Amino acid sequence: MSYFRVENLRKTFGGIVAVNNVSFEVKKGSLVGIIGPNGCGKTTLVNLITGFLKPNSGRIYFKDKDITGMRASKIANKGIGRTFQMVKPFYRLPAFKNIIIPLFSPKVKELGEHYGDKESVALNILEDIGFERDSSVPFKPASVLPHGYLKRLEIARIIALQSELLIFDELYSGLSLAEVASISPIIERFVEDGKTVIMIEHRLKELFRIADKVIVMDQGEIIAEGSPGVIMKNEKVKKAYLGVELKR
Amino acid sequence: MIVYGFINSIILALIALGFSITFGISRVANFAHGAFYVFGGVVTWFFLMKMGLPYVLSAIMAVLIVGIVGGLMYRLLLVRLRGLELSEVITTFAVGIIILELMRSAGIMGFEYRLPSFIPGSTEILGTYVGYQRIFIVITGLLLLAILYLFVHHTKLGLSFRGVAQEDHTALSLGINPDRISMLSVTMGSMICTIAAIVILPLGTISVDEGYDILLKSLAVCIIGGLESATGVIVASFIIGYAEVLTSMYISSTLTMVVPLACMLLILLIRPSGLFGKHKELEERI
Amino acid sequence: MSDTRRKERIDRCIKAVTDDIFCLSSMREMGYLILPRVLPVFIVVMAVILFPLYWKKVMIITCIMGIMAISWDFMASCGLISLGQALYFAMGAYTAGGLNYYLGLPIYLSIPIGTIAGGLLSTILIFPALRLRGIYFSMVTLIIPLMLMRIIEATKIIGGTEGVSGLNSLPGTWPPIIISVTAVWLVLFSMRRLISSDYGLIFVALMDNDRAVEASGLNILWFKVQAIFLGSALCSFCGAFMTHYYMSVGISAFALDLSIFPIAASVIGGMGTLAGPLLGAFILGPLSEALRSFGTFRIVIYSALLVAFIVGLPEGLFHFLRRKYEQIERWTEEK
Repeated sequence: MSYFRVENLRKTFGGIVAVNNVSFEVKKGSLVGIIGPNGCGKTTLVNLITGFLKPNSGRIYFKDKDITGMRASKIANKGIGRTFQMVKPFYRLPAFKNIIIPLFSPKVKELGEHYGDKESVALNILEDIGFERDSSVPFKPASVLPHGYLKRLEIARIIALQSELLIFDELYSGLSLAEVASISPIIERFVEDGKTVIMIEHRLKELFRIADKVIVMDQGEIIAEGSPGVIMKNEKVKKAYLGVELKR
Repeated sequence: MIVYGFINSIILALIALGFSITFGISRVANFAHGAFYVFGGVVTWFFLMKMGLPYVLSAIMAVLIVGIVGGLMYRLLLVRLRGLELSEVITTFAVGIIILELMRSAGIMGFEYRLPSFIPGSTEILGTYVGYQRIFIVITGLLLLAILYLFVHHTKLGLSFRGVAQEDHTALSLGINPDRISMLSVTMGSMICTIAAIVILPLGTISVDEGYDILLKSLAVCIIGGLESATGVIVASFIIGYAEVLTSMYISSTLTMVVPLACMLLILLIRPSGLFGKHKELEERI
Repeated sequence: MSDTRRKERIDRCIKAVTDDIFCLSSMREMGYLILPRVLPVFIVVMAVILFPLYWKKVMIITCIMGIMAISWDFMASCGLISLGQALYFAMGAYTAGGLNYYLGLPIYLSIPIGTIAGGLLSTILIFPALRLRGIYFSMVTLIIPLMLMRIIEATKIIGGTEGVSGLNSLPGTWPPIIISVTAVWLVLFSMRRLISSDYGLIFVALMDNDRAVEASGLNILWFKVQAIFLGSALCSFCGAFMTHYYMSVGISAFALDLSIFPIAASVIGGMGTLAGPLLGAFILGPLSEALRSFGTFRIVIYSALLVAFIVGLPEGLFHFLRRKYEQIERWTEEK
């Protein structure tokens, strides 16, 4: 039984092929990175997997169930959570109320009453994620929070959803080295807790440090797959990122 | 029937062209488009009938005046609302209503208000009688399309139009002032709209209610054809044009107005970015 | 060394105090909180009792339009900006009118059924458009009523352009007044409670980032449907009520007037607060009556005011007043 599997996924927009015959597999409890130059189709792939776009052809299997073409909210309720590349919180709501929203989902409701009072659950999650407790920060409207906090809010949202497969779309973008260093342990803890993580990233060094497997995409196709060490040496990958050397 | 369909399509294309240009370039959906159309007709009528100026001169004055009004609308109102799409729509819609209802209160109603045809008489094409006026419309339409094509693809101003349409911050960094370009696009859109009004209105009377219909038709054409796509506008005009003619011939002529609206609804449900649209984010439907 | 001055806004002392449990500490604090809520109700009720008959009728219409404005603002807070509010009104109006005319149902049945059925019909009609983003949704809301208007005109169902008349009226002069005034305050306070409740959170979040709501496991289509149903049912109530008030219903139920008024009232009064649009309605309503002799020119006035406010005071009067009530501005110096 495979945990998560994508088969021959294809998506076109008008004349442009954004994702072309992509297939890969993710093992339970692993951390997989997806990298590639800009515009290679990574975010489209995530949108396809999480139900925000319907593929033209191909199948997606989660825990051996076909989730191709399912509604995004339904996929979220099956246990797949995602963050967004463009961080847009619920601006008008205070930070902790941003986290209460997922607590309304059917999945969380299913988990039972012991989950507790929504407000305190939300505040607890925020504290885990790095918001200082007993400060006014969780109560400020999300529109005034700085970028680093907003990224943490995105993560908190998925935690609140109790997802088991977490997909992060360029989580580290816009963060300083210090912020990345403080967020990485959170991701690693997810894996330690038995969750599965897929990370779309541009910050290769940080990703390679924690990933079990890396998939490289270019122009909508997978051009390489393997452990970070193998990928770093792969000629095709270097060419895709850095271009071709001009022969003198 | 084919002939009428063709003519109707070109008429639609003309009407929609002004709206499409403004929206395609500056993303300003000028909901006062219908109002400008009727206004253009009324101004021409005013110069022609009340002041006794020759037709051509009246026409030119009207085009200029409406163009200025459009530019002013941008400069005074819209420029403060840039980026707030919703407020822009509400504002232009409100301005349109103001113009139209003002005209209605001023009593612009009835047979008295009409523009005479340029060339009276008719001829026969492919077995049907066609008025010269209609032929004139077709020629004007095709000419306008050709001129616009050349303008947008081959002149400096035209290219900057396209630049702003695609990404106005980049255009800004290249020294193109998007606000000025947007104002020009609204002006141009209004002028084209007036030209359309001047050639088409002689077919009937000038009526204030038509203002709303014009807006709806332009919306229909642009949405069905896809925004930012000139080919889309043309193709959509033809589809709707023929559909309208067919409806009025075989079903009932009172339902013709329903056709563009129904087509628009259909497209929005199936393919919201339009037939030739390039807005792939609209594909996402949740 | 230059000192530059800047304006700063800080909450008034009394606002900071009343934000928390200390609001119960004295009559003054409690008064500060209660006053803005009770005073308007008091004024309106007094007005209704004291004004002469003509103006009483104006108040009825104003209250009804107030409900339409609140409903528009509610839907707009969910991101569903409707340019064709008249549609919901007309659905309720025609249902109530039709039930009364063709089936002879009495008004205490036709109005409630009209409200619910109107809401359902509107939701069904708008449903296909719910998947569209922003401006496209608004365009469709503009189109559907106009299309229905043409269809009714062409096919002449339910009386075509003329409509049907001779319907039962609301008994006496006082019941309509009581109903409309009670209704408007009921709607205002209950909608405000709804929006600030946890459930209402979802609607607010819908507007800020609907994809995130979807990714949080909530089916946004279903929530949008709920929002539309609620909003349109409110307007349908208005339609049903007015049908019996005027004892007839016709194509004028789709009038542009009805679509513009809520938008103008909301922009002038202040979007997003539900109370602002009501304020706007109370300003525009009597104003439009005073200008009744101008006929359709009234629409020009609404639209002109709309534009003036959208450009000049986009936050609307309510926000402006509230800011003055709750905060003070002063110049401070920076060194």
